[in-house]
Amino acid sequence: MTEPLNFERSFDVEGGSFQNAGNVSGQIKGILKELGVSTDIVRRVAIICYESEINIVSYAKRGTITLTVTDEAVKIETKDEGPGIADIELAMKEGYSTASAAVREMGFGAGMGLANMKKYADHLIITSELGVGTYVRMMVMNFQKILHPDLPSITL
Amino acid sequence: MTLKDVKEILEAEVLVGSDQLEKPAKTAFAADLMSDVLAFAKPDSLLLTGLTNPQVVRTADILDITAIIMVRGKKPSEETIKLAEELKIPILSTRYILFETSGRLHARGVTGCIEKVGGET
Repeated sequence: MTEPLNFERSFDVEGGSFQNAGNVSGQIKGILKELGVSTDIVRRVAIICYESEINIVSYAKRGTITLTVTDEAVKIETKDEGPGIADIELAMKEGYSTASAAVREMGFGAGMGLANMKKYADHLIITSELGVGTYVRMMVMNFQKILHPDLPSITL
Repeated sequence: MTLKDVKEILEAEVLVGSDQLEKPAKTAFAADLMSDVLAFAKPDSLLLTGLTNPQVVRTADILDITAIIMVRGKKPSEETIKLAEELKIPILSTRYILFETSGRLHARGVTGCIEKVGGET
């Protein structure tokens, strides 16, 4: 029986640092590959991280992205010090955006970020406080491993 | 078709990845909006775009894109080239506009990585 997987690491993301946007996501992708996570899950998590990172860089002063990997799921948590989101339901709407010109020049800021994160995550929760910041938790479930009978039993 | 064929069809200049021209190229996605690329592009496809900043390379890396084709004669910044070299993602630059680039590749058998949106995941 193999050891249960339990990996956790936090990464700092600097607000306004457009040149470095994507650095953390690239690192996270590398870690997941090294841990042997399946290609499909690696890609979904990488997209979720990248959109999250772009959001922190675009709107917040600073933030952290925390990656947790277990046998049954990959969890991504982002916490930022920023303006917060006034109306989360509106912000989730495809096409709604408050992005600056600099963000749009990078090829983002068209109101797709949160929608993309929701599309690729199996589970997403957002809480936000105006003038304080935003917390997002996303899970990508490793269903194949959960359902595979040959693998060690997994508690959810 | 390989990247070498793509280079010839588009009379493109290879800016990064001249050692990777044997890579196969069967499907493609074209957009200037990186969030749309993240939403719809599939791995092992070509990315045709008019954007030239490092985020294009990051996006390509996240999605395991085969190569970036910069259209309308766009040339990437030094930072973009440096990142592409580091992440080993080929960049080709063609003077054809996006419509012509897509059309010429499609006529030679390259298809969209998806045909239309809705229904797919």
